[in-house]
Amino acid sequence: AVLNDGLRSQVSAALKEGQITPTELCQRCLALIKSTKFLNAYITVAEESALKQAEESEERYRRGQPLGILDGVPIAVKDNFNTAGIETTCASNMLKGYISPYNATVVQKLLDQGAVLLGKTNLDEFAMGSGSTDGVFGPVRNPWSYSKQYKEKSVPKSHSEDEESNWVITGGSSGGSAAAVSSFTCFAALGSDTGGSTRNPAAHCGVVGLKPTYGLISRHGLIPLVNSMDVPGILTRCVDDAAILLGSLAGHDPKDSTTVQDDFKPFELPNLTDVSKLSIGIPKEYNAPGLSSEIVALWLKAADLFKNAGAKVVEVSLPHTRYSIVCYHVLCTAEVASNMARFDGLEYGHRSDKKDSTESMYAATRREGFNDVVRGRILSGNYFLLKQNYEKYFVKAQKVRRLIANDFVEVFRSGVDILLTPTTLSDAAPYTEFIQEDNRTRSAQDDVLTQAANMAGLPAISVPTALSEKGLPVGLQFIGRSFQEKQLLTVAKWFEKQVQFPMIQLEEVKRHDSGVFQHQKSASFS
Amino acid sequence: MVARGCGGVWRRAWQRGPGPGPGPDPSPRGQRAVVCNARGGAVPAGKSGLAPWIPVVGLEIHAQISSNSKLFSGSQVQFAAPPNSLVSFFDASLPGTLPVLNRRCVEAAVMTGLALNCSINKKSLFDRKHYFYADLPAGYQITQQRVPIAVNGSLSYSLCIDNKMSQIVTKTVRIKQIQLEQDSGKSLHDDTRSQTLVDLNRAGVGLMEVVMEPDMCCGEEAAAAVRELQLILQTLGSSQAVMAEGQLRVDANVSVHHPGEPYGVRTEVKNINSIRFLAKAVDYEIQRQIEELENGGTILNETRAFDSKLGCTVPMRDKEGKQDYRFMPEPNLPPLILYDAKSLPANMNHQQVINIDWIQERLPDLPSVKREKLVEQYGILPEHSFTLLNEDGLAEFFESVVKQTQMKPKKVIGWILNDLLSYLKQYSLTVKESPVSSFLLADLLNLLEKKEISSTAAKQVLAELWKGEGKTPLEIVKEQKLGLLQDQKELEQICQAVIDGQENE
Repeated sequence: AVLNDGLRSQVSAALKEGQITPTELCQRCLALIKSTKFLNAYITVAEESALKQAEESEERYRRGQPLGILDGVPIAVKDNFNTAGIETTCASNMLKGYISPYNATVVQKLLDQGAVLLGKTNLDEFAMGSGSTDGVFGPVRNPWSYSKQYKEKSVPKSHSEDEESNWVITGGSSGGSAAAVSSFTCFAALGSDTGGSTRNPAAHCGVVGLKPTYGLISRHGLIPLVNSMDVPGILTRCVDDAAILLGSLAGHDPKDSTTVQDDFKPFELPNLTDVSKLSIGIPKEYNAPGLSSEIVALWLKAADLFKNAGAKVVEVSLPHTRYSIVCYHVLCTAEVASNMARFDGLEYGHRSDKKDSTESMYAATRREGFNDVVRGRILSGNYFLLKQNYEKYFVKAQKVRRLIANDFVEVFRSGVDILLTPTTLSDAAPYTEFIQEDNRTRSAQDDVLTQAANMAGLPAISVPTALSEKGLPVGLQFIGRSFQEKQLLTVAKWFEKQVQFPMIQLEEVKRHDSGVFQHQKSASFS
Repeated sequence: MVARGCGGVWRRAWQRGPGPGPGPDPSPRGQRAVVCNARGGAVPAGKSGLAPWIPVVGLEIHAQISSNSKLFSGSQVQFAAPPNSLVSFFDASLPGTLPVLNRRCVEAAVMTGLALNCSINKKSLFDRKHYFYADLPAGYQITQQRVPIAVNGSLSYSLCIDNKMSQIVTKTVRIKQIQLEQDSGKSLHDDTRSQTLVDLNRAGVGLMEVVMEPDMCCGEEAAAAVRELQLILQTLGSSQAVMAEGQLRVDANVSVHHPGEPYGVRTEVKNINSIRFLAKAVDYEIQRQIEELENGGTILNETRAFDSKLGCTVPMRDKEGKQDYRFMPEPNLPPLILYDAKSLPANMNHQQVINIDWIQERLPDLPSVKREKLVEQYGILPEHSFTLLNEDGLAEFFESVVKQTQMKPKKVIGWILNDLLSYLKQYSLTVKESPVSSFLLADLLNLLEKKEISSTAAKQVLAELWKGEGKTPLEIVKEQKLGLLQDQKELEQICQAVIDGQENE
């Protein structure tokens, strides 16, 4: 049952004991990637280099000198992290075919610890979106669309077009990474999280999505969306694995001046038995317009779970939350406008054939290279940064951002340890439904529950909680104090254990790993 | 890196050849340079004879920081290296790269700020300034627009009135601020092949932008202020400040107005690549504006380039459209925090902090102090101290000669300034390149001082030494029989021989 298990207890142990070799493990994942190709989770599969890395890992195991828990573990990386020798596209025409000469710090750290890089995962172009539907390589399909659980619950219409019209989105923008982890093609994946881009797809795909504190993990090599909010995100199948990944990635990077200088000590998560000293805050503003009644019910149920176990559960208020969408819009687009200025067709990336003048070459390059969403954000961002608008929009948005961050400070100062909120407004929407609204509207709606944590730089994690009536995953979010990842993850782990989220039942996985379904878990929580 | 099809569009001021504009004939203006007003007076009225004009000149000076590596990357800094050989991933703005501030550049800026009497901001910020240009790979320049590293300073400089060395006036210009920022790369335009070549070696090199308030009123003042700044930078070692190598770039803001009226519309003059041209460019621009206004015209708020061949300023075509730089905070750099002895946290790693007081204590003597010391120590005239410092290495040369001779410094200075310096000028040599070392000159002056040669002969010997044939002064004196005869008998014999010769005729 290797494909499905926790890293420390199972995978690493199995590798150590020789029950499976890194090469076998890598091959199984590669085969699974092929058989789940229709998910469109990967943009690039680095088969050759992955097998080579697996071979090297195998050699280390043979000598009895593995580099650690991650040695030989297949992982995937969102295609907005630079990977030397492997294409980095950001799902954009602008960077199609672009091969970076260097590794992002987080990628380098994973490789240094022996991880096997399977490939680069799909996303919304330049991570701008909440569906993983707006990339140049097409939308990512949620593996749960093909699960037994979903198929059983969704009312069959006509047989042939059924699956085609019914498949649901992964959420985004790290949808490829979430789908990759969810469909067992890798054991962990890197995403990025600017407004919820790791937690949102994690919730929709039934995996754990961790957004660490801003400044804890290096952004060097992550192609930026909003520098002041971007954080490398971690997607895994259980909270313990998220802690392992965090331990391998966190720490000061001289190449990123915004990482904190303090040493980070990797930790193992204790099994919490007593939650009676915990104070869980339920922010009332997160009962947002559009929140499905199903999710409200799950949220309350989770709160009761803590209460019944002896924790203190209090309603709290984060009064400025309601301004966060519009504030985020201004700050995000302004930084996007600035960050995208470098894509002018000169040094790298796409260059238009139009040669009438420099300016027309720039314009045509950017017109051809960026999709409407990116261009739209560049346009509005530049508008907000104009001299006559700067005070009115940008400075004001920064002030509001401070108020939003202060809300959290106040709540945590009042004695609350962890905040419990929904991650998404509802379960994943069918693609056909999702694309009825434009990217901007969608992003604004979908980020509402997640982006405040980015504004404040706080750590937050989405934990798969239950299946919805449609048989799709629903996640709940825990938000912790700055740099208190250990506490956050410990609570998340306790919660994870309580809810016993069911295993996805996928035909493709079954074929590759028959052991997975031997102990069927039931959706005990819903 | 080659960007094709862009001929004639990418233009940068200081690389521009003869301008495209309708260059007015510069000769009449050139000759009628603005009467300099070292006394701070107004320029007399022009043709119309109406109210006098007051010219106002402010300067923006970019000084390249003397540092081994660039402001935000580890790339080397080197002049005239092979194109694109000093370019890191960050310098080429590869996606995902981040700036890392160079400590040396910060220290250089603090030093310069202290030397210019600025208050150093304990907390300064970095901003992005956006514009599209081929040699600006990121599409923005990282600079310090909101809170620069140093503010509110002053610079004293001196100049002579009516070109008389004996009348030196000291003036002060306020320094508005000093900000750290990145240099851009260079674009080279090949008009015949209609392509532009981009060299990013310079992209990201650290600059200090020194902003001088409009406290000057003519080209000569501007030139003197910049010269003094240049000397200070070179003394500090914070910049090599060689204008010819682009390490010091000066833009002048010029306007004119009548007394009691608000400042006139100003123009910005760029493309000035020597101090001499700075004086010319400013004076030309003042005169041009006065004539324009007196002829009923108006001054446009525009950028003009100085054409050194024609000696005039011409409008710059590519700067006509007003740019909105869309400034925003640089999110990848935390605020730059500096400490002084009081605020320095006890447990802080010294490698990670910059202590302003520590830098202050180690500032070298600035040119003004050096001049005072020279005057005091050697009894030379103040104006001589200026000349000594104006030539790189001359003061040291002078002091070295003084140490090696019995001749009084007051007399040595004459030989240094009148003889050595004029030779150097004549052959366009620097002090370092002088074929006559301080040792040789001291030797020569000692012969003179001991009355072994006359001063006329000494000049002859110097001329001979200048050839650099490796002879000592004494050898030359002997060879050419230039020695003064001290022996009474020998003199009498010579005289007798002359008289005898006369008698024989």
